[in-house]
Amino acid sequence: MKKLLLLGDEAFAQGALDAGISGAYGYPGTPSTEIIEYIQKNPLAKERNVHREWSANEKTAMETALGMSYAGKRAIVTMKHVGLNVAADPYVNSAFTGANGGLLVTVADDPSMHSSQNEQDSRFFAKFALLPALEPSNQQEAYDMAHYGLELSEKYALPVMIRFVTRLSHSRSGVARQEVKAENALKLPEDKNQFVLLPAIARRKFKTLLAKQADLEKESENSPFNQYIDGKDKSLGIIACGLAHNYLMENFTDKECSHPILKISQYPIPRKMVEKISMECDTLLVLEDGAPLVEEMLKGYLGNALKVKGRLDGTVPRDGELNPNSVAKALGFKETELLEIPEIVAPRPPALCVACPHIDSYNALNEALSTYEKGHVFADIGCYTLGFLPPYQAINSCVDMGASITMAKGAADAGLYPAVGVIGDSTFTHSGITGLLDCVNEKSNVVIIILDNHVAAMTGGQESSAFGRIEQICLGLGVEREHIRTVVPLKKNHEELVKVYREELAYNGVSVIVPRRECVQTMAKRNRSGRE
Amino acid sequence: MKLDIILAGVGGQGILSIAAIIGTAALKNGYYLKQAEVHGMSQRGGDVQSHLRISDKPIHSDLIPMGECDMILSVEPMESLRYLPYLSNKGWVVTNSKPFINIPNYPELDSVLAEIKKLKNNICINADDIAKEMGAARSMNMVMLGAAAASMDIKVEDLQDAIKEIFERKGEKIVEMNLNAFKKGLEFSKANK
Repeated sequence: MKKLLLLGDEAFAQGALDAGISGAYGYPGTPSTEIIEYIQKNPLAKERNVHREWSANEKTAMETALGMSYAGKRAIVTMKHVGLNVAADPYVNSAFTGANGGLLVTVADDPSMHSSQNEQDSRFFAKFALLPALEPSNQQEAYDMAHYGLELSEKYALPVMIRFVTRLSHSRSGVARQEVKAENALKLPEDKNQFVLLPAIARRKFKTLLAKQADLEKESENSPFNQYIDGKDKSLGIIACGLAHNYLMENFTDKECSHPILKISQYPIPRKMVEKISMECDTLLVLEDGAPLVEEMLKGYLGNALKVKGRLDGTVPRDGELNPNSVAKALGFKETELLEIPEIVAPRPPALCVACPHIDSYNALNEALSTYEKGHVFADIGCYTLGFLPPYQAINSCVDMGASITMAKGAADAGLYPAVGVIGDSTFTHSGITGLLDCVNEKSNVVIIILDNHVAAMTGGQESSAFGRIEQICLGLGVEREHIRTVVPLKKNHEELVKVYREELAYNGVSVIVPRRECVQTMAKRNRSGRE
Repeated sequence: MKLDIILAGVGGQGILSIAAIIGTAALKNGYYLKQAEVHGMSQRGGDVQSHLRISDKPIHSDLIPMGECDMILSVEPMESLRYLPYLSNKGWVVTNSKPFINIPNYPELDSVLAEIKKLKNNICINADDIAKEMGAARSMNMVMLGAAAASMDIKVEDLQDAIKEIFERKGEKIVEMNLNAFKKGLEFSKANK
């Protein structure tokens, strides 16, 4: 069969479809977005009517996927690493309920923070929840692991995590498909208690989960994705997890590696294989594209159990993604002389697009706030975070989805006036609504600006769950009608915008301002597709 | 056969269409391919790059090791310099000389071009002007691909076939325009190499 040229994300999506999923759930987030986008465009997904709409946030996505699993069908849920924080409640509890139909929780991490607020390693969550995890090292494994993971999930009646990193999510290579499987039939769980986590039942479920751990370790030991490659020189053994294995092998393209290598792509850690390499070798080098999870486990708290080199002792940098050169250095290879970047090369940070509606919103906000000292604007996650950069310098915080509204409230509670929250329409429906309810219930003195450009723009223009209903949602939460103000952020409306901002800053209570104009990227895309 | 190319530019300049054509030509020859792209925040006017790796043997890393890149193909002059640590001592820098200025502290163009000229193997071409002269401003990328083709271990005919394949659905006129742009770039390189 002809190979398909697919991004890692797309390879996994094709694998999940071919393995017979009935639903894909998720919230857009770099680098995970392309999984659901691929399914949305896929003919097989259309033909089978596989669920493929975006969810309001990662928590609703995770719970909905769990509901589909309850009903006996196969499902995947996708998110970026920080999305798993949002979905942590259902994810951790799903280890107790277990799955009925196969369920894959696919999380794309972003080491080096190419497009993220932090670089947490999702494998810690899998270990914490006592759930198995798969870590593909190439596009073919990403495809194959969708099939394998769903089988594993149904075999042990547990959700399985698939952990991606940016460099695999967004890298293309040839992928061969397997046979296309039929969808599962509807089938309720045999055990009527399975999904009822009352304490008495949960205590039993926990023991069941603990009892499965030994079997999960055995699965890892026999996994086709974990390999022990022997080598003569036992002075050093190398453990390489997921993508780190590629960077390791890149250093041995023209020669053989004389050291034993253990490639780990399935967790829990394959205990016997790790025992073997640590008994045979004097020192271990642990390579992980993320946090030192395996390294820490091997080293132990006191660090005297084994001779282990890796991120913790500085052999590999403590933060950031790995690359072939950082691994070469860890192996002690001679560094080649490299050309330097000339000093004149200036950084080119991302910026708001020409004619972006946020530009007009920020220019007016800056003017309305010009009589106050700086430091009153709490912002959120989206394109408008770029309002921090010159020439706008309009915002003072960016923490997590929804934190603009709640941090503005907290600051207002402390006596800060004015306290302004800036949030996008998609981020508002993701995690802003509950925070605004808190504001309304206490009549907090805040001005919340909900920038409505119709889409989640930073991730490529996915439909926002608001669907233009921001005002109705705010009314329903109890924001006073006369303090919900809709404006059109255009240069020619600048004076009007400033006036509306000033009026609402003067009001002692909850104000919501909705600057509404379509994202210029989405508009251009719409016009292009209209022409074709 | 091993060909590692870093494609460089600014978000929105469309470096991925160049990658798609080289990739298509490589696959026709039965080569292995890996191509790492930048999606997300940087696409909003920031610096972007794609690592394109082609080989007759299986490829491990999605990223090109520093010091081993065979070519930096940049559609913007300053961006061609940002990735120099990746370039091998035999590698080529093929770049557009037309700057894309969206930052206040963009350096003097002359000093940027002087840095490029210092490099052992460089081709610096005003692809924007060449494309505009042809009345095909949007084919700047194909002028750049043509300019690079002279120093690339892939047959010119295969690249031309790939251009036909990629642009086919847009009609014969667009295919012709892009092939001509490619030819102009190739001719420039042959004359100035």
